[in-house]
Amino acid sequence: MQFPDLIRLSLRTLSSHRMRTILTTLGLIIGIASVVLLTAMGKGIHQFVLKEFTQFGTNLIAIFPGKTTTFGMSGATISTVRPLTQDDAVSLQKLDQVISAVPLVQGNARIEAGHKQRRANVFGVSAGVPEVWQIKVQQGRFLPDDNVNNPRAFAVLGSKLRAELFPNSNPLGQRVRIGADRFRVIGVMESKGQMLGFDLDDSIYIPAAKSLEMFDRNGVMEIDLLYKPSLSSNEVETAVRRLLIARHGREDFTIITQDQMLSSLDDILNVLTFAVAALGGISLLVGSVGIMTIMTIAVSERISEIGLLRAIGAEQKTIFQLFLLEALTLSTIGGCTGILLGGCCVIMLQLLLPELPLQLAWGYILFAFLLSLVIGMISGVFPAIKAAQWQPLEALRTE
Amino acid sequence: MIELNNIHRDFQVGEQTVHALNGINLSISAGEYVSIMGPSGSGKSTLLNIIALLDQATSGSYCLDGHDVTHLDETILAKTRREKIGFIFQFFHLIPRLTAYENIEIPLTLAGIAPKLRRDRVTSALDAVGLTDRASHKPDQLSGGQRQRVAIARATIMHPAILLADEPTGNLDSHSGIEIIELLEQFNQQGVTLLVITHDASLGQRAHRNIRIIDGQSST
Ligand SMILES: Nc1ncnc2c1ncn2[C@@H]1O[C@H](COP(=O)(O)OP(=O)(O)O)[C@@H](O)[C@H]1O
Ligand SMILES: [Mg+2]
Repeated sequence: MQFPDLIRLSLRTLSSHRMRTILTTLGLIIGIASVVLLTAMGKGIHQFVLKEFTQFGTNLIAIFPGKTTTFGMSGATISTVRPLTQDDAVSLQKLDQVISAVPLVQGNARIEAGHKQRRANVFGVSAGVPEVWQIKVQQGRFLPDDNVNNPRAFAVLGSKLRAELFPNSNPLGQRVRIGADRFRVIGVMESKGQMLGFDLDDSIYIPAAKSLEMFDRNGVMEIDLLYKPSLSSNEVETAVRRLLIARHGREDFTIITQDQMLSSLDDILNVLTFAVAALGGISLLVGSVGIMTIMTIAVSERISEIGLLRAIGAEQKTIFQLFLLEALTLSTIGGCTGILLGGCCVIMLQLLLPELPLQLAWGYILFAFLLSLVIGMISGVFPAIKAAQWQPLEALRTE
Repeated sequence: MIELNNIHRDFQVGEQTVHALNGINLSISAGEYVSIMGPSGSGKSTLLNIIALLDQATSGSYCLDGHDVTHLDETILAKTRREKIGFIFQFFHLIPRLTAYENIEIPLTLAGIAPKLRRDRVTSALDAVGLTDRASHKPDQLSGGQRQRVAIARATIMHPAILLADEPTGNLDSHSGIEIIELLEQFNQQGVTLLVITHDASLGQRAHRNIRIIDGQSST
C-alpha cells in the first residue's frame, strides 16, 4: 500500500467522525497553543530584561567596595574596608585593557534654577560617562576631564530635568544650585528612559569630587569600567584585581562583570521559559491520553473491518500502518491547529497590548510540534499492534 | 487448480474437540463451477475458509495452482488472497463510511496500484455489475442486492482466478438472489473458477457440479 493512500484513508476516516476528531484533538490543540503562547511570553520577558541590562553596553565591569566573605560577615568587615577612591578610578583608567573608568557617587538632592526647583538624582561621575554608559550628549558637552580632586563646578542635565527647570530657555551657561553649591550647566543629555526604576533622564551629572563633599562620603559607591571589546572579561578582571590588590594591600572589593551578570540572568530567564513550557507540556500529556483512548475505541469498533481488509489481502503490516497513521494524522492536525491558534493569540495580544513583551519561541514551537508527533506515535502504536494481531476469521466474526 | 487431500479441521471448544472437517478430498479444475450444499453446521464455511486461505487445516494438504499452500507465513497468505482469490460474504462486509466506488477500489489500493490505473479498473468493474450510477453512494444508501454487487465488484477487481462465495444470497430475496447468482456465473463464463455455498437447492443445481457436505465429510 502506498503512503499517500494510507494518508488519504486515515483522513477519510477522521473526517467521517468530524465531531469526534475535533473533540479528541482539542486537548492537544490547547496544549500546543499554550506552549506557543507561554513560551512567547517567556522569551519576550527574557529579551526585554536582557535589553534593559545591555542598554549600557556589554563590555562593562563594575567594582564595588567591600568583599562579601564566605562567612557572611560583611557587616563586621565593612568598617575596616578601605573605600574605593577616585584615585583608584584614575589608575584603573591607565590600565592598557581599559578604555575608560567612571567613579560613581549617587544621591538625591533638591536642585534649583531661578524660581524653579525639583528633587532629582545626583550622579557624581567623571568625563567617561557618555562612553561607558552609552548615553549621548544632546546639547553642549559632557563634564570635561578635569583634575579629579579639584574639578570645576560644571553640571550636565538629564533631558527630563532640563525640561522641568528650563522649559522655555536655553540651559547652557545658566546656573543651578544643588544644596548650597552652585554649578554652571554645560550640557544636556539625550533621553535614555528608565532603567529598572531609575529615571536617568530625571538626573543631574556633576564631578564625583563635588558629590563626595555634598553627600559627605569618603569613598565612591562604584567604579564602572569599559574595556576593549577584543578582550575577554576574565583577562580584564584579572588585571583589575591585581592592580587594586596592589593599591589596597588586600582584596577588599567586589568585581562584577557584565558577562557574569548577563549569563546568570540568562540562566534564570531560560529556566523561566522552560518552566512555562513544561506547564504547557502537561496539557499535551492530557491530550495524548485522549488520542490513546480514541484509538483504542477505533480499533474495537472496526474489528470486523480489520477482518474484511485482512480477508481481501491486507497484510498485518498494512493494518498496523493504517491505525498508526490515523493516530499520527490526528496528532498532526492537533499540533498544526494548536500552533496556528497559539500564533493567532500571540499576534492578537501584540495588536491589543503592544507594551507586552512577546516573542515567538520557534525552538519550543518546533519541539512542541515534534512532541505532538511523538504523542501520536506512542498513543497509536499499541492500538495499532492490537489491530494487526487479529486473525482474519476471528475478526470477521466479531460484530 | 484446487487439490485438497484428507483435510481435517478440529476446533477446541473448552474441553471438547469439534471435528468440523473429517478428511475431505476434493479436486477442482480451473474454470469449474461448483456448488457446495449441506445442512447447517456441516462444515461448508470451514471448508471454504480453508480454500480461501483464511483458515488452516489441522491436518491434510492443500495445493493451489500447483503450489503447496498448506504452510505459508502470514504475509504470503495475504498476498495470495489478494492476487488469486476473490471472496464474497453472506453479510457483504462493505466499509460503511466509504462509497461504492471506494469500497471496490480497496484491493487495488492494498496492492499498491497507482491511482491513475485504479480509476479505469474501478469504473469498468462498476459497469460490469451494473452500478455505474451508484458509484458515489454509501452502503446504507444501497439495497441488499446492490450491496452484494458492490462486494462482487470488489472481489473481482484484482482479476482473481478463483471466486468463492459463502451463501451470497442468504441475505437477499429470491429475485435479487437469482440476479447475484447470474452475475457470478458471468464471471465463471469468462473462465473464473467459481465455488458457491448455498442453501437453496434450485440455485445449487445450476452449478456443473454439486458437492454435499455432511458432518464434515463430502458425498458427491
Ligand atoms: N471458530 C470456531 N470455533 C469453534 N467451533 C467452530 C468454529 N468455526 C466453526 N465451528 C464449528 O464447526 C462446525 C462447522 O461449522 P461451519 O463450517 O460454520 O458450518 P456451516 O457453514 O456448514 O453451517 C460447526 O459445528 C461449528 O460450530
Ligand atoms: Mg456457514
